[in-house]
Amino acid sequence: MDYSNLRRQAASMKKGLFDQGHLDEQFRQVEDLQDEASPNFVEEVAVLFFKDSGRLISNLEQALEKYPRDFNRWDAYMQQLKGSCSSIGASRMKSECMSFKDNCGKGNVEGCMGCLQKLKREHAILRQKLESYFQLLRQAGPTGAATRPVM
Amino acid sequence: MMSCKGLGGEGSAAAAAALPHVLAVDDSSVDRAVISGILRSSKFRVTAVDSGKRALELLGSEANVSMIITDYWMPEMTGYELLKKVKGSSKLKGIPVVIMSSENVPTRITRCLEEGAEDFLLKPVQPSDVSRLCNRVLR
Repeated sequence: MDYSNLRRQAASMKKGLFDQGHLDEQFRQVEDLQDEASPNFVEEVAVLFFKDSGRLISNLEQALEKYPRDFNRWDAYMQQLKGSCSSIGASRMKSECMSFKDNCGKGNVEGCMGCLQKLKREHAILRQKLESYFQLLRQAGPTGAATRPVM
Repeated sequence: MMSCKGLGGEGSAAAAAALPHVLAVDDSSVDRAVISGILRSSKFRVTAVDSGKRALELLGSEANVSMIITDYWMPEMTGYELLKKVKGSSKLKGIPVVIMSSENVPTRITRCLEEGAEDFLLKPVQPSDVSRLCNRVLR
């Protein structure tokens, strides 16, 4: 298997995630924490993020139904999600979180609903892209695994 | 500073015990993972818990905590409330406490510092924040 080609594909995929605005510098900071003791750290954090964010989005949807026009409550839920997005560098999701909070501040229910739908789309897109990226990384193996010693 | 990575058996356990022990408190699993990763990369032994209540339970049983780093906004007990309990305890008041928050609220920062917090970090916390902190707090 051509590991170097797989690594190039993974690097290109990651660059795309940054160029398209899905990820920001914080993701690189998390990646930099990977080492021999925690070689899959960023993927582990991503798994936690998607589990957590899925739950928070679900809680928020329930709150929108159960507590109509309770903008303080909605804002509090979104603040949690925004925090998680910041921590992993999920840039587009974070932007939608901030737009939602702005709409809460303005008392704009339709605006909040619209932002939530966009947020769910961004969540699904990021999840799919990162899953593909990590799968490619796993196929590529650890860096240097396929290199030959210089004779 | 000594690293315990790559050592096996008793040497590994002894090396880990020699590292400063930081208690990280955050109700977010993502933030717990990230702050734990940053602290470990800075050569600390880390215990991460998800609430102020669990933090106090651990502090009651674990004598060797060098620093507490806690999120401000947590359900049931905020980081500020945890700070007050630590600083109000004759046994715990000497442990440095650092507060983290995703919101830059000056009154909140002032309140924490006046209550005895060593520092107030804005999330997402960076490795450079932790390096700066540890050089000062754990000298």
